[in-house]
Amino acid sequence: MFVAGEYDVIVIGAGHAGVEAGLASARIGRKTLLATLSMDNIALMPCNPSIGGPAKGHLVREVDALGGEMGISIDKAAIQSRLLNTGKGPAVHALRAQADKKLYQFTMKETCEKQENLDVKQLLIEDIQVENGEVCGVVAETGEIYRCRAVILATGTYLRGRIIIGETVYDAGPNGQRAAMRLTDSLKRLGIRLMRFKTGTPARVDARSLDYDEMEIQPGDDEAAAFSSMTDEPTRSVAPCWLTYTNEETHRIIRENIHRAPMANGVIKGVGPRYCPSIETKIVRFPDKERHQLFIEPEGIHTQEMYVQGMSTSLPVDVQIDFLHTIPGLRHARVMRAGYAIEYDCLDPTQLMPTLELKAIRGFFSAGQSNGTSGYEEAAAQGLVAGVNAAMYVAGGEPLVLKRSEAYIGVLIDDLVTKGTQEPYRMMTSRAEYRLILRQDNADLRLTEYGRRVGLVSDARYDRYKKKKEEIETAFKLLQETILTPSRETNDKLAAEKLTEIRTSISLFDFLRRPDVNYRKVRDMFNLPRISDEAEKQVDITVNYEGYIRRQQDQIARMERLETKLLPPDMDYASVPSLREEAREKLAAVRPRSVGQAGRISGVSPADVSVLLVWLEKERRAKTAEEDHHGIS
Amino acid sequence: MQQGDTISAIVTPSGAGGVGIIRLSGEEAIAIADTMFLAKSGKKLEDAAASSFSYGHLIGGSGEILDEAIVLVMRAPHSYTKEDVVELQCHGGAVVLRAVLERTLALGARPAERGEFTKRAFLNGRLDLSEAQAVMEVVGARTETSLRMASGRLAGRFSGKVKEIRRKILEMIAHLEATIDFPEEEIDDVVIDDVRLRIIILEEQIETILKTSHAGTILRDGLKTAIIGKPNVGKSSLMNALLFEERVIVTDIPGTTRDSIEVCADVGGVPLSLIDTAGIREAEDKAEKIGVARARDCAEKAALILAVFDASSPMTEEDKEILSLVKGKDTIFLLNKSDCPSSSEALNEALIREAAPEAAVLQISAKTGEGMESLARQIEQTVYDGELKGDEASFVADAREADILRRAAAFLSDALQTIENGMSADFIVIDLRSAWEKLGEITGETVGEDIIDEIFRRFCLGK
Repeated sequence: MFVAGEYDVIVIGAGHAGVEAGLASARIGRKTLLATLSMDNIALMPCNPSIGGPAKGHLVREVDALGGEMGISIDKAAIQSRLLNTGKGPAVHALRAQADKKLYQFTMKETCEKQENLDVKQLLIEDIQVENGEVCGVVAETGEIYRCRAVILATGTYLRGRIIIGETVYDAGPNGQRAAMRLTDSLKRLGIRLMRFKTGTPARVDARSLDYDEMEIQPGDDEAAAFSSMTDEPTRSVAPCWLTYTNEETHRIIRENIHRAPMANGVIKGVGPRYCPSIETKIVRFPDKERHQLFIEPEGIHTQEMYVQGMSTSLPVDVQIDFLHTIPGLRHARVMRAGYAIEYDCLDPTQLMPTLELKAIRGFFSAGQSNGTSGYEEAAAQGLVAGVNAAMYVAGGEPLVLKRSEAYIGVLIDDLVTKGTQEPYRMMTSRAEYRLILRQDNADLRLTEYGRRVGLVSDARYDRYKKKKEEIETAFKLLQETILTPSRETNDKLAAEKLTEIRTSISLFDFLRRPDVNYRKVRDMFNLPRISDEAEKQVDITVNYEGYIRRQQDQIARMERLETKLLPPDMDYASVPSLREEAREKLAAVRPRSVGQAGRISGVSPADVSVLLVWLEKERRAKTAEEDHHGIS
Repeated sequence: MQQGDTISAIVTPSGAGGVGIIRLSGEEAIAIADTMFLAKSGKKLEDAAASSFSYGHLIGGSGEILDEAIVLVMRAPHSYTKEDVVELQCHGGAVVLRAVLERTLALGARPAERGEFTKRAFLNGRLDLSEAQAVMEVVGARTETSLRMASGRLAGRFSGKVKEIRRKILEMIAHLEATIDFPEEEIDDVVIDDVRLRIIILEEQIETILKTSHAGTILRDGLKTAIIGKPNVGKSSLMNALLFEERVIVTDIPGTTRDSIEVCADVGGVPLSLIDTAGIREAEDKAEKIGVARARDCAEKAALILAVFDASSPMTEEDKEILSLVKGKDTIFLLNKSDCPSSSEALNEALIREAAPEAAVLQISAKTGEGMESLARQIEQTVYDGELKGDEASFVADAREADILRRAAAFLSDALQTIENGMSADFIVIDLRSAWEKLGEITGETVGEDIIDEIFRRFCLGK
C-alpha cells in the first residue's frame, strides 16, 4: 500500500473540535495532519449562527486562556454581541456573539493553513490502523496510508450521518455534505462502543421576505467585550436579530401533521437533546404553552439567509412552510433551506480517560460530537485538550487534565468520562458546582499557566496575563497596607462623597467591602494607582463576594480529599469484597482515577464509596504492616 | 459478599423478657449452629432451605440442654447482612442467653462489635446510610417507644419527610437555574419574595423535626440521670426501685453486650441511664460522708437530677448544699421516707420551694414504692415537655441527622440573608444547593443529574 505521509498526530475532521486539536498539536511542535471531508467546510457552523452564552461563553474564554483559537476567530467574525445575565451575579455573566458564519470559517481556515507544522488535506478517512494496542496510521478512501503515532477522532455529525426531512431520508453529513459511512465499521472492529444521537436545525428564510414591523428588534450591546484577551477592540454590532412568537394556529398545523413527524412515527431512532428540542417536540411535551418565542438571526453580512432560532424541525417541507407562514413577521417568508434532523454515530465517552484518550487503544483520542456532546464551544474545548494530550502522548509530556474546580472544561470532560451521556451533552452553568470560582472574567487567571506549561501560550499572551495578575496583586497589597484613621481629614473626605464616617481605623481593603464603594472610587479618593478595567473588576469581585468565594473554596478543599485518594489504574474490582454488582461493573468499565471520581459514577452508591475507602485503608494498612514486618526481620 | 469471620451476639435488649435472640453471621454461622442445635425433626440446618426455621433444643458443651429454641436460617445473600445468618430464639432469661452466646463463642464465633451486623450489612451494600442509622437504633433501642419509632424510620417515614423538603428545595433551584442557563427563554420570572416565603416554610418544617431531636436522642441513648442526696437518704433504695435487678446489664464477656457498666432503667417509657451508680452504692454502704464534690460532678454530667431528701428529719447543711448545686438544672425533688413518722421541724415541700419555687416536688417512699408512679409521670413530662409525643416519624433519633438538619437549616437562613442583602439569583442558588446537598446526606442520595432533569421537566427550553 502507498504511504502518502508520516505524522505525529492526525486529526480526523476539521470542525470546531478538529481545528483546535490540529492547531494545538502543531503549535506544541508535533507534525500534524488535519483531514477534512471538504476544504470548503473547515470550522463550518451548520446550525445556529452564534457562539457563547451561559457556560458556553465560559468555555470560549477558557479555550482562549489556554491558547486556543475560537475566541480570536469569533472576535474577528462577530456582527453583534451581548453580555447576558447582567442582572445576575458575575459568575453567570455570559458573553454571546452572532457570527458572520462565512467570515468565521475563512478566518479559521486561514489560521489553520498558515500554521507551522500543520498540513490541511481534503481526505475521507475510512480506517484507523492499530498495532499491538497502539494507533499507527489511517487509510483514506482513495487507498493511501498516512502513518502516525496518534489519531484524534473529531468527526462531528458526519459519522454515518443520516438526514431526515419528513418522509425524505438520505445518508449525509450536515447540510447535505458527504457522510463518513465506513469509518464506523473500522471503529467497531477496534472494539469501540458506539451510540446513535440525533440533532436538528431549523429552516433558513430570505431576509427580504420578512415583515420586520411585526417583530421586535433585538440589537446587540453598543460596546461589548471581546472573548479573547488578545483582542483589543470591542466587538462590532452591525446586524440586529428579531423576536417573534408562534401561536395557536402554528401549533394546530403541527398537531394535525404530527403523524408525519419522523420523531413521532419512529423514523428517527437516535436520541435527541432536551435543550434543543424540535418545535414538534415542544408542542407535544408542553401542550399548555400558548406560544414559543423565536429569534430570527442573520447568518452573515453577505447573505440574505436568516436563521429561525427555536424552530428546529424535521417535519416535511410543506408543513414547515405552512407553519412558518402563521408566524408574525414570517407570513410571507421564503424558505431558502428547509429544517432537518440528522442522526449520527458517536462513541460512549466513558471509554475515555480524562485526557480524552481511549483506555483500550494507546494514541487514540476523541473530541467533540464524536464524544456525545453538542455545541461548537463544547467541541472546541475538547479539541484543544485532545490536541494537547495527543501531542504530549507522542513526545512523552505531562498530560493536561483540568479539575472540576479549575475550569468548565474540567467539568465537561469529567462528566463525559465519568457519567457518560444519554443525550447530546450541553454545557450549562448549573453543571458546575463551583461556578463562583469558574467565572468568565477570570478564565485567564485560572488557566494561562496551564497553557503556558504545555506550550500553547505565546509570549504576547503570557505578558498580558502577567501584567493583569501583577496589577491585581499590587492593588490588594496597597489596599491591605493602607490604613484609614478616623481623622477629621478622612471623614471630611467621606462626607464629601456622601459616605458614612468611620469611627475606628480600618484598612482600605475592609473599607472596600462597603456596598456603596468600588475600587475606582477608593482609587480616586485615596490616590491609588490606576489599573486596567479588567484588573479592577477582579478586585471588586474578590472583595464583594469574598464570603461566598471562600465557601466554595472550602467545598473544593473538602472534595479534594476524595480526589486525592487514588485508585490504582489496574485495580481488580472483582477482588474488592462487598461492592454491589452494579457498582463493580460500572467501576470496572469507567476505571476512575480517584475515589472522588468513583463517587460521581451513576450506579456507585455512597455505600460503595465507603467500601472503596475501607478497601484502600485496608490495603494501606496491609502494606504498612508488611513494611514494618520487613523492617523488623 | 462474606466479610470473613463469623460473629455472634445477643441482639435483643437485655431483660426485655419473652424471647431473647442470639444472632450469628458469617461463613461458619450455619455450621456452628448445627453443632449446638438438635432439631425435633432431626434435620440438619445445613440441609434447611434458604430461608427457614426449625424447632428444637440448644445443647451445651457437656451435652446438657441449655434451652428450647426456634432457629432461623437465612442464607446469603437473603439476610440482613447478606451473609449466612442464623438466629437462635431462646426463651430463657439473661443467664440462659449468656450461656448460649458463650457456646457459640466456644464453637468459633467472635463476639460482634457494637453495630457490627449493621456495619456488615452496610458494607455489603444492603443498606443506605439512612437505613443503616435506623437499624443501629433498632439494635440500641431500649424501650418499646423507641423501638416503634425506629421501625417507623426503617419503613422510610422519616426519610420521606426529608425527601419532601429536598424536593421543594430542588424545585426552587431548578427554577432559578433555568433563568440563569436560559436567560432569553420565556420562563416566569422568579419572584424572590415568593422564594423567601417558601424558604421560611421549609425552615419551619426542619425546625419542627429538630424540636423532637432532643427526645429522639434520649430514646436511643437514655436520659443521663443522677441521683444525689446526703448519705442514708435512700438513694440506693430509690435506684433499686427504679431498676429491676435483671435490667442491670453486666457481663464478663467483653463486647457481648452494648454496655457493661451503664445502668439502664425504663421509667414511664423513658429510658434512663443512671450515672455513677457505683458511687451511690459505695457511699450508702460505707455510710461515709458524701463528698459534695462527687455530687457536683454527677450533677454536671446529668441531664436530669433526682435530688433526694429525708422527709423524716430536719434540713441539714448538706441538704442546703445539694439545693444550691442543682440550681438551674432539670431537677425533680424527692421527699423520701414518706412512710416514716416525721417531726414538725422535718423537711417539707415548703422548705424546698423556698430554694426552688418552680420545682417539681414529690413525696415518695422508695421502700414501699409509694409515689413511684407520680415520679414516672413527672419524668415523662420533663422529657417530652408535654408536646413531644406527636408524630413518631418526626423523631430524629440520631445526633448525626440532627446535625445535618441544623446545618441545612443554617444554609436556608443563609439564603434568606442573601435575599435580604439584595444578592442575585445565582447566590441564592448557592445557599439552596448547599441545603439540598446537605439533606441528601441523610438519605445517602448523591448529587446527580437531578437539577438538570428538573429544569427540563419543568420548562420548555431550547432553540
